[in-house]
Amino acid sequence: MAEFILYKSIICVVIFALSLGIAAYSTWWERKFAGLLQDRWGPSRAGWWGLLQPLADGGKMLWKEEIIPNVSNKFLFVIAPALFIVTAIVAGVLIPWAPDLKIGETFYSMQISDVNVGVIFLLGVTSIGVYGIMIGGWASNNKYSLLGAIRASAQMISYELAMGISLIALIITAGGTLSFSEIVKAQDAGVANIVWQPLGFLIFFVCALAETNRAPFDLAECETELVGGYHTEYSAFKLGLFLFAEYINMFVSSAVMAGFYFGGYNFPFAAELYQALGLETGDWQISLIGFLVYFTKVAIFITTFMWIRWTLPRFRYDQLMNLGWKTLLPLSLLNLALTVVVEFFRGNIHL
Amino acid sequence: MQLTNRSKLVSHKTQSFSERLYLPAVLKGMATTFSHLFKKRPTIMYPEQKREYAPVYRGQHVLKRDENGAERCTSCGMCAVACPAEAITMESAERKKGEEGLYREEKYAKTYEINMLRCIFCGLCEEACPKEAIFLTDRQVPTEFERDDFIYGKNKLVEPIDKPVDVTKRQTPQVLEFKKKPGLKHNTLFDKKQLK
Repeated sequence: MAEFILYKSIICVVIFALSLGIAAYSTWWERKFAGLLQDRWGPSRAGWWGLLQPLADGGKMLWKEEIIPNVSNKFLFVIAPALFIVTAIVAGVLIPWAPDLKIGETFYSMQISDVNVGVIFLLGVTSIGVYGIMIGGWASNNKYSLLGAIRASAQMISYELAMGISLIALIITAGGTLSFSEIVKAQDAGVANIVWQPLGFLIFFVCALAETNRAPFDLAECETELVGGYHTEYSAFKLGLFLFAEYINMFVSSAVMAGFYFGGYNFPFAAELYQALGLETGDWQISLIGFLVYFTKVAIFITTFMWIRWTLPRFRYDQLMNLGWKTLLPLSLLNLALTVVVEFFRGNIHL
Repeated sequence: MQLTNRSKLVSHKTQSFSERLYLPAVLKGMATTFSHLFKKRPTIMYPEQKREYAPVYRGQHVLKRDENGAERCTSCGMCAVACPAEAITMESAERKKGEEGLYREEKYAKTYEINMLRCIFCGLCEEACPKEAIFLTDRQVPTEFERDDFIYGKNKLVEPIDKPVDVTKRQTPQVLEFKKKPGLKHNTLFDKKQLK
C-alpha cells in the first residue's frame, strides 16, 4: 500500500509539474511562433531566444497590484480562476503518457488514474471548466464580463454535443471501451484511429478549438468587442491563472487528440524497432521512447492550435452558433451512422 | 455609361460547394502564414544593431574643440540670437594668461547652457555659428527624471578631449563655403544697418 501511494504521488507530482511547465512554455512558444508567422522575432531578450520569458511574465503577474472590484461578489470572484485552473489540470489525470514501466516484477502504468469510464469523465470535467468562466464573468459585476461569460457558456454547451457524438463514433471504432489507456492500447497493433475516423477527428478538432476558447472561437474574451471578456475585471495573478488555464486546456486537449486519434505513444513499426533494439515489454527505454513520441505529437498539436489562431479571424457569434448546431451536429451524426456501417462491414459490430 | 475604366461589376454569385466547405480557404490561409516563417525579417535588434542616421539628422549638440584641444566657442551669442526657442544661454569671460591651451580666442564662454526641453533641434545655432563651434550630432538626448537635468551645461556639451565627436558628415566643404557667403543674416549681423 505504501508503495502504491509513493508511486501515485510521484507520478502525480511529475504530471502536475509537466502540465504547468508545458503551459508556461506554451505561452512562450505562442508569442515566439506568432512573431515568426508575422515576420517578427518574438520574445528575444529574456535569455537565449527569450526562453526565460515565462518566468518574467509570471513574475510580472505575481507582483502586480491585485484589484477586486467593490461591487463584485468577492467569494465567487476569488474562487472562479481557481475552479477554472483546477478543472483544466484534473482532465490531465487520464492521459497515459507512456507504455507500462516494469520495476522489479510489477508493471506501473504511466497514468495517474485509469478511470474505466475515462471518456465520460473527460467530458464531465471539461464541461465543469465552463463554470470557472461563468462564475468569473458573473461575479465581476461588469456587463462586458457577463457578455463574455454568456458567450463562453453558450459556445461550450453547443460544441460539447458534437464533440460527444464524435467521441461515440470513436468508441465504436476503438472496440467499445471507454478507458483512455485501452483506446490508446488498441491502436498499437493496427493503425491509428484517424484512418477510420477522419471526419470524426475533424469535428473533434474544431470542437476542441471551441472548448478551449481558442481563436477563431475566442468569443469569450474577444478583445475587440468585450474589452477582455470574462476576465475584464481580473488583475494580477488571478488573471494569470485564467490565461494559464487556457494553455493547460490546450495542452490537455492536444494530448487527448493525440491519444484518441493518433495512437498516443504508439508509432508505426514500433514493435519491429523494439525487437531490433532487443528491448522487452516494460523496459524503461520503451517507456522513454513512447513518452517522447507522445510528446512530439502533443507539441505538433499545440503548434497547430497556435498556427490556426494566428491565421483565422474570429467568428461572428451567429456564425459560431450556425457552425455548431447546423453543421457540426448533423455532421457528427452522419459520422456516427457511417462509422456504424463501416464497422459492421469490418466485422466489429455483431447484430 | 462608363465614365472611367475603374468601375467594377458587382457580382451576386452564390458560393460554390468548395467555398461553403470553408476548409480549402482555411488551408490556403494557413499555407500563407506558414510561408512567412521563412521570410526575411526587417527587425533591427536595436541596442546591438543601430540604424544608420542620415547626415542631415539633428540630435544632441556638441561644442567642438580645435585641433589643439582648445574650445572653439568665443561666446559671441549668435547661436542664442538665432535660436527660435530661446533655449541657449551663456556667460562670457576673458581668457587669462596661461589659458591659451584651453580657449582658442581671448573671449570664451564661462557657462554655456542649452535647455533640451525647449530646444526644437532646428539646427539654426549650428548655421549661425561663425566659429564652427556648435554642431548637432546623430546622438539622442536621453530621458531624465528631473526637469533640471535637461539643462545641459558645458560638462555635457563640450566634447571630451580624448573622445572627439565626429561631425565630418555635417562639416562638409559645401557647408563651410555656404557659411562664408556674404549677404546671409548671420554673416552680416555686425553690420550696423542690420543691427538697427
